[in-house]
Amino acid sequence: MTRQSYATEIRIIRLMCTGRADLAFVFRALSKGADGVIIGGCWPGECHYVTEGNYDALGNMLLGKKLMDHVGISATRLRLEWISAAEGARFAEVMSDFARQLRELGPLGEGEGIGPEDLRMKLGALSQLVPYVKLVEREKLRVPEKVEKAYYDFYESERADRVFGELFADKLAVSQALMLLAEKPRTTRELSERLGLTASEIGKHMNDSSRQGLVRFDMA
Amino acid sequence: MSTTGNTFGDVMVVGGGISGIQAALDLATSGYKVFLVERSPTIGGKMAQLDKTFPTNDCSMCIESPKFIECDRHPNIEILTYTEVETVEGQAGDFEVTLEKKARYVDEDLCTGCTVCSEYCPIPVPDPFNQELSDNKAIHIYFSQAVPLVPYIDGRCRYLEDRKCTICESVCKNKAINLNAKPEKKVIKVGAIVLSPGYGVFDPRLRNDYGYGIYQNVVTSMDFERLLCATGPHEGEVLRPSDHQHPKKVAWIHCVGSRQISEGGHSYCSSVCCSYIQKQVILARDHDADLQAMIFHNDIRSFGKDFERFYQRTADMPGVEFVRSYVDIGREIPDSRNVTIRYATEREGVKEEEFDLVVLGVGLGPPAGVQQLARQFGIELDHHGFCRTSPTNPIETTREGIFVSGAFKGPMDIPESVVAASAANALAGALLKSRRGKLDTDRVYPEERDTTEEEPRVGVFACHCGANIGRVVDIPSVVDYAKDLPNVCHAEEGLFICSTDAAAQIAETIREKGLNRVVVAACTPRTHEPLFRDTLREGGINQYFFDMANIREHCSWVHSKQKEEATAKAKDIVRMSVARTIGLEPLQEFELPVNKAALVVGGGVAGMTAALGLANQGFHVHLVEKEKNLGGMARRIRTTLEGLDVEEWLAGLIRQIYQHPRVHVSHEATITDVSGYVGSFETTVLSEGQTKVIQHGAAILATGADEYRPTEHLHGEDERVLTQLELEERIHAAPGGLADIRSVVMIQCVGCRQEGREYCSRVCCSEAVKNALALKRQNPQMDVRILFRDMRTYGMAEDQYREAADLGVDFIRFEPEDGPVVEPGTDEEGRRVLNVTVPDTILGQRLVLDADLVVLSAAVVPSAGMPEMTRLFKVPVSPDGLFQEAHVKLRPVDFAADGVFMCGSGHYPKHLSETISQAYGAAGRAVTLLSHETVTASGSVCEVTENDCISCGACITACTYGAISWNETPVGRKALVNPALCKGDGLCCAKCPTDAVVLRHFTNDEVFNQIDAALADASGTPQKELQEVAK
Repeated sequence: MTRQSYATEIRIIRLMCTGRADLAFVFRALSKGADGVIIGGCWPGECHYVTEGNYDALGNMLLGKKLMDHVGISATRLRLEWISAAEGARFAEVMSDFARQLRELGPLGEGEGIGPEDLRMKLGALSQLVPYVKLVEREKLRVPEKVEKAYYDFYESERADRVFGELFADKLAVSQALMLLAEKPRTTRELSERLGLTASEIGKHMNDSSRQGLVRFDMA
Repeated sequence: MSTTGNTFGDVMVVGGGISGIQAALDLATSGYKVFLVERSPTIGGKMAQLDKTFPTNDCSMCIESPKFIECDRHPNIEILTYTEVETVEGQAGDFEVTLEKKARYVDEDLCTGCTVCSEYCPIPVPDPFNQELSDNKAIHIYFSQAVPLVPYIDGRCRYLEDRKCTICESVCKNKAINLNAKPEKKVIKVGAIVLSPGYGVFDPRLRNDYGYGIYQNVVTSMDFERLLCATGPHEGEVLRPSDHQHPKKVAWIHCVGSRQISEGGHSYCSSVCCSYIQKQVILARDHDADLQAMIFHNDIRSFGKDFERFYQRTADMPGVEFVRSYVDIGREIPDSRNVTIRYATEREGVKEEEFDLVVLGVGLGPPAGVQQLARQFGIELDHHGFCRTSPTNPIETTREGIFVSGAFKGPMDIPESVVAASAANALAGALLKSRRGKLDTDRVYPEERDTTEEEPRVGVFACHCGANIGRVVDIPSVVDYAKDLPNVCHAEEGLFICSTDAAAQIAETIREKGLNRVVVAACTPRTHEPLFRDTLREGGINQYFFDMANIREHCSWVHSKQKEEATAKAKDIVRMSVARTIGLEPLQEFELPVNKAALVVGGGVAGMTAALGLANQGFHVHLVEKEKNLGGMARRIRTTLEGLDVEEWLAGLIRQIYQHPRVHVSHEATITDVSGYVGSFETTVLSEGQTKVIQHGAAILATGADEYRPTEHLHGEDERVLTQLELEERIHAAPGGLADIRSVVMIQCVGCRQEGREYCSRVCCSEAVKNALALKRQNPQMDVRILFRDMRTYGMAEDQYREAADLGVDFIRFEPEDGPVVEPGTDEEGRRVLNVTVPDTILGQRLVLDADLVVLSAAVVPSAGMPEMTRLFKVPVSPDGLFQEAHVKLRPVDFAADGVFMCGSGHYPKHLSETISQAYGAAGRAVTLLSHETVTASGSVCEVTENDCISCGACITACTYGAISWNETPVGRKALVNPALCKGDGLCCAKCPTDAVVLRHFTNDEVFNQIDAALADASGTPQKELQEVAK
């Protein structure tokens, strides 16, 4: 409404509710070359539906950031802001600020010092994990109280870290290892170097995966 | 609809400006057959001539023209343009109106609107649409979005003058032109008439005192609107008349023709000029960031919703100076043609200053020929020449069955005109309730083509939007680009794709080229998606095969200084839209039943009037009031400025409520729960100890506002400090009760127009004048002083402001940073009084005023129950805590939530008659819904793919609408969506681990397509080498 100008790099995808913003969309955009994703939604307490999906978006965003952080992708690249339809000036301000942040970070991967191949592997692993993330979120990571602070507190809590470590870290490692192995056979050492894990951790994951028939050890 | 031979209808709306258009649409949608009669060659009125509208600076034509098309396509509306009313006979329920359809010389049925005739016409004539600042041809279309899109011949045509030229006739391929056409008579019978002839603009030529018509660089504000506008005389370049140069220093003069008692002027305030001048200043500076603006004004009357912020925004701009001074036009400088203005300031005395351009803020008057109009319709006018109405029914004229809508009642802005139009629907609807639906015609669309076997064939239509988009984005290159995108088999550009003609052309192109997907690259789906979906239906394909690429709000408007980047972005946006449409599926909408009862929350004047407005049209109404008694705030008001005995009138209104068989009142009531959706709400009310559940199809929120309890100026500490409402109670409590009061000081703007409450409470200036007059009438010797910042006695209240000054009420202005101070003290005789110290801005001294009573004009604030009410009904509030309407200008009583409407002071502070108008307006809007058996629900709802459902229940817990439940199937328990309850937010989809829940129209694939396209570069390949990893 205010026609305030903002950074030209922003491309807008229309969804009917921030709660519809699936992590799969976020990782898809990053995989396709976006340097960042911003979700803009109604202020808490001002949901135009009765679902208050903006709180779900908040949880999703915090979880997404944690996942990105875990694989070494800057969590700054995912942002959520409350911007009502009446706040044209705020929209422009936020968009320009986000564009500035991303310019400072540099292109995705390059900014993090991750090569293109590794980046593809990491984002691929994240995308593959989404269905599982949804299951875990419901069982273990649901914030009971619809208050912004409660969401932030929870995702900074030890409990969240523990759930994360127990349920996601291994999955991500396995999924990345499988992606690497899908390209070509590799040694345990190669895998441990690429994924930054010890040889025994890789060994454990590979043994588990082997039992499920996902990988095969080549003893030669 | 084009003209037919029909001569029988329900209502005739006379005047096709925005108010008449809204009245016609509301009446037609409520089941009445409407004739919309307009004297000029197109509907649209004055709003069509405006560049932008305050205080949101929406493009005026962009928001109005979709309504033209709605009228044009409405099966219950017949538009008769270039038509005058001759006589009106009969009575309410049975009028016979004789019309004269002027000779247009172009057959409306044969003309295609191709404009070849205008191209060949050799006769330039001054263009009335552009205020005669540029030329058009003797045969021309009034403006490019005109409805009907048919030219007319101006009287200055050479053939009509001396029968010499027939070029247009010979170039017209359709033989639509007949230069020998004669006016036609038409007699039409209707049951009711709505008069919306609009207003006349003050002509400063008449008095010759501002140099208009003498000095070239003096223009009116209406001229300036056209100069600003992209479709104006210089395509949106602001050029001054004398030398077509950009003016660098521009003056605006307020109150030209208004607030003047001298001969030829209007004594009243025109209400809209302060804000439209601020708008023009902002826009002029948008055009030229270095432009210097000086605004010469009297009181700044920013009394409407969000006007005060708009004023502050203007005043804070660099290069903009507001000067409080009367002015004289000095002289024209011979060489430069600049014009000088003489003005006086408090500090510097009289000055004379030179300007490149002077804009006269001309006021509003009655429409041209108003006396004749009054005679024809047999209605009375007030002494200003506006339509006479009563304060308790500002919609009824003095003749039964004839209603008034818009500024013919007196100066008002667009939202008020729109409200009055909906109100006319409520009142005409009550008169004609037995006829509702009898003449109803349904819209017939061509049969929908089955496209399941077809490859996607996308058509892209890119809009210049006048110059709104085209000035920034290189539209031809966007079209060329679009042609090469996969699946695109047609791309073209248009000046205004939303014009009736262009929309019809799209429908034609869909059929001709066999398109099965359409992308319109233009503005926002919020205003235009319904129109283009309709166009797809006209073209015979499913309306969900449509996507809007917003290259205006998301592009040209926000990147106006970066044309190249904006063009590149526009291409990206189009590519994203095309990618999205390829995955779109045809969807079917479905019908939801409408419960015919309404719920009205709040038993004040607004709520009661709305309830009666509905009940009188035959609908049952549940009126819910939190107090024991009906009446609300009006119980504390004894008179109005117009002199109405509020107490007596209110008692009558309450009696009507209790006596009405269709109004059901709950007292001492609290709403504890609201569920359901448009057409079938279920509201739980706790009333007098009992809980009841009310089923209703629509709701009107009329919960009012409160008077601020001041903590300023010793209020609450010293009993001699009152609010205006408290004073009013004292004045009317006992005759002679104020006999020993010698001096009263009133202080305006207490608790508003300040940080934290940045709005004007609108009513207080008139209330202060009303009470001051009452005090003076009781005791002419009493000293009454009003300390004010700007006296905002807008409209006709200006006359009472003048009367108060004439009776000796002192008006003393103060600045907010150095306001009045109230302290206990004594007067010269040693009496205990209150000393009010206020700086005298004229003499530069401090005045100490002795007061027996200090009266505070306290702010109107949102009522305490507001947050709870808006939470229950899921409706938004504005930053000031008031109801937020769906669109400030054109949907002023609708909430964005379907089926919920608003009226009264909860929307914004307002006077009694304004409240009544808005309450009828809300009733009129609610009936556009309640008069139908069903309401159409979106096809964009969720659906479960049973095979993929793993019965985890994540979607069921996510959906607080309760739209998803378990369903036993042969393959086990699966989630099932009830589409009537689904709102299409898609939260469940983001929860489902197996993507079994699909939100139609926003499926994962549709969104993925759009994301992928967003990040693919111009050649269609991804920017980076990261392909297909996510799959």
